[in-house]
Amino acid sequence: MAELAPHKRNSLVLGAAVGMIAIPFGVLASTAGLSLAKAMFMSLFVFTGASQFAAVSIISSGGSPLSAVASGLLLAARNSLYGMRLSELLRPLGWKRVPGAQLVIDESTALALAQDNDERTLEALWWTGGTVFVFWNIGTVLGVQLGDVVGDPLVYGLDAAFPASFVALLGPLVREMPARVAALAGSIIAVAAVPFTPAGLPILLAALGVVPALLFTRPSAAT
Amino acid sequence: MSWTAIIVLAVGAYLFKLVGVLMGDRVKDGPLRRAVQLIPPALFCALILLQTFERDGELVVDARVVGLVVAVAATLRKVPFVGVIVLAMIATATCRLVAG
Repeated sequence: MAELAPHKRNSLVLGAAVGMIAIPFGVLASTAGLSLAKAMFMSLFVFTGASQFAAVSIISSGGSPLSAVASGLLLAARNSLYGMRLSELLRPLGWKRVPGAQLVIDESTALALAQDNDERTLEALWWTGGTVFVFWNIGTVLGVQLGDVVGDPLVYGLDAAFPASFVALLGPLVREMPARVAALAGSIIAVAAVPFTPAGLPILLAALGVVPALLFTRPSAAT
Repeated sequence: MSWTAIIVLAVGAYLFKLVGVLMGDRVKDGPLRRAVQLIPPALFCALILLQTFERDGELVVDARVVGLVVAVAATLRKVPFVGVIVLAMIATATCRLVAG
């Protein structure tokens, strides 16, 4: 570990922390009546934590498959916005973008964009995406197989890991005024939307935070 | 959950990712390109708050807030990445333990 560059080490840490959250996903999937094969298929191919949790909780509380899929897709839509941001950097990779796109999620994008050069950005993207993928799938199997043996993950404060890691990564992304305005406005919009909109929509609405950022700030020379 | 539902969700979730990755570079210079670059900070900051204050479609204040405060304080004090995560988890877990 000591020889690894910091961004790679951080990728492993984030992947391991997020992977543990797959254990309660596996438990929930099992409670909702999903077989091991179905739960694994979701973690391999849906591979978007928020979508998987939403879909499976809707099923387990007696909701229709249609609303489960709709909710899951709404929560997955933001990955499209991350892909657009990363697109230019990924273009030289050619066909490798087709399998690589699967690894474009919250965590990998955040760690990638927190880097200060293109090479490390791509390395952080693949390392984080890959580590989350491995741990997420191991966690899913453990959750389904062990069931309630692991107990309530909230007791360990697992749900604090994700927001804390994003706090640690946000700094480099909000150095300039337009980004700060976008972050502030996006957060206000998202939080205000929570009581009125279905899960997944508040985070998409946060993208509207860029409107005041574009209107009220001057473009920086750098980007 | 049927296999059909799971496969539709998997295909849809993957297509969102792929379309973004393949289409994004068609965005040429101008306001749209700047908008695309400003979206991640807006979403990440919103995610932090949603993950802290949202539960089942409602805004709530619970032990996660303590984790967030600790994470912010640790980050400002330049605590390494692992430390920020671990301290926030410990703070949230301790808060839950004390509150019962």
